[in-house]
Amino acid sequence: MSSPMRIRAKVEGDVADVRVLMSHEMETGQRKASDGKLVPAWFIQDVTAALNGKTVMTAQWGPAVSKNPYLQFKVKGAKAGDKITVTWKDNKGESRTDEAAIA
Amino acid sequence: MSMNRRDVLKASGGAAVYTALASMGFFAANPAMASWKKEWFETKSIADTLKAMGIGNAANSNDITITSPDIAENGAVVPVGVSSSLKNPQMVAVMVEKNPTMMAGFYEFTPAALADVSMRVKMGQSSDVYALVKADGKFFMAKKEIKVTLGGCGG
Repeated sequence: MSSPMRIRAKVEGDVADVRVLMSHEMETGQRKASDGKLVPAWFIQDVTAALNGKTVMTAQWGPAVSKNPYLQFKVKGAKAGDKITVTWKDNKGESRTDEAAIA
Repeated sequence: MSMNRRDVLKASGGAAVYTALASMGFFAANPAMASWKKEWFETKSIADTLKAMGIGNAANSNDITITSPDIAENGAVVPVGVSSSLKNPQMVAVMVEKNPTMMAGFYEFTPAALADVSMRVKMGQSSDVYALVKADGKFFMAKKEIKVTLGGCGG
């Protein structure tokens, strides 16, 4: 089971600055293990962010995103107490959703 | 002998088939998530990438800002931020020209999101980094060279 994401969201004016730290190996599929075999690709492909349940941004990632991905984005029309929900799904079909209240 | 063959198939073929199916959206847990655009992540040049994305032409724009260090010490973790003051932004894509696959990731926005995203990418070597922005139905591009002193794809 994957570890929870760390989500920090802070509002300034009516724009929320959201920072997300995910926990994922992000294997490229190009790296060789010590036995010389390629380590199969394993990375987050889809990321969805929602404000109060309404999707505001979707992203698709390739294997070039760094291990334990960091993502920062901004949402308009947000206020303190609103809920930010982030979901990711990797190429093995595993997914995880976490949410945080905007401070 | 046949056991070996089976194991190999399981290890390689199985994973490949799974990946292929997953990329087709076969295992989509959430119908709101679009299927992963595999062909966008397979290109090696900016021209091929634009072609795969079905973009005829992207104009250079000064309204796109790429925020990153000029010299990255560790290619495994290179912070890259893209912001744009273009009106009505719909998408931002981040591409690293000399990576094995050029597309690092792309972001699609609803009007509720600002065209201002930051992420961390791996870079195998010094390279131009491109930011592609779709705004008001048109495509714009900017690039920045990032020098890498230690590659992120060692092994």
